[in-house]
Amino acid sequence: MTITVKFFASLREQVGMADLHIDCECADTVAEVWQTATDLAMPANTLMAVNQEYVEADHPVRDGDEVAFFPPVTGG
Amino acid sequence: MVVRILTEPFDPWQTVQAHQRAHLAPGSYGATALFVGTMRDFNQGDTVQAMTLEHYPGMTERFLEQISRQAAERWDILDSLICHRVGPLNPDDPIVLVAVWSAHRADAFDASRWLMEELKSRAPFWKKEVTTEGERWVENEGSGTRN
Repeated sequence: MTITVKFFASLREQVGMADLHIDCECADTVAEVWQTATDLAMPANTLMAVNQEYVEADHPVRDGDEVAFFPPVTGG
Repeated sequence: MVVRILTEPFDPWQTVQAHQRAHLAPGSYGATALFVGTMRDFNQGDTVQAMTLEHYPGMTERFLEQISRQAAERWDILDSLICHRVGPLNPDDPIVLVAVWSAHRADAFDASRWLMEELKSRAPFWKKEVTTEGERWVENEGSGTRN
């Protein structure tokens, strides 16, 4: 199973990378993808997306998914 | 319904005029509601010298297209245009343009306000400011009604 993981803005700087690929059967949910990809505790206000749609932390992940983590948005 | 992520400075007034000429039939619209967001040179008591806007290529466009479609379903509007800058910005640079055309003002006002609030609260953009104290990520402003 391959999952693409992306981090944006302040989370990218905290985690120390913009993206990576996970190749294992070690993550069933978005929260588990975070645990596999980083050594950090997930900040409470982290927003999450699977395949570019907002999801919650318990959302399941599947082979080929793109999972993104980012802080509250500040556009406009 | 057009969504554009722009990497270069833009003139929102010319953009509205060009869009109107290209996409709207003369005489069809009675109301055009615009919101233009411009970069300030101050924030939270500090002088802001410059800013960088980051986005999530793909998801940001997709999100803005989704809310544009939702606005078209919810209100009786003829067209909408959302333009948003990314990359390096300087004070006085336009950041965002939301324009809505409709037959009557209520739908144009309501849809443009809703689009702007959705954009502020959920569209994946992040601002990093350069102040005299150094660089900092802008914190979420909560309800997004401050500016």
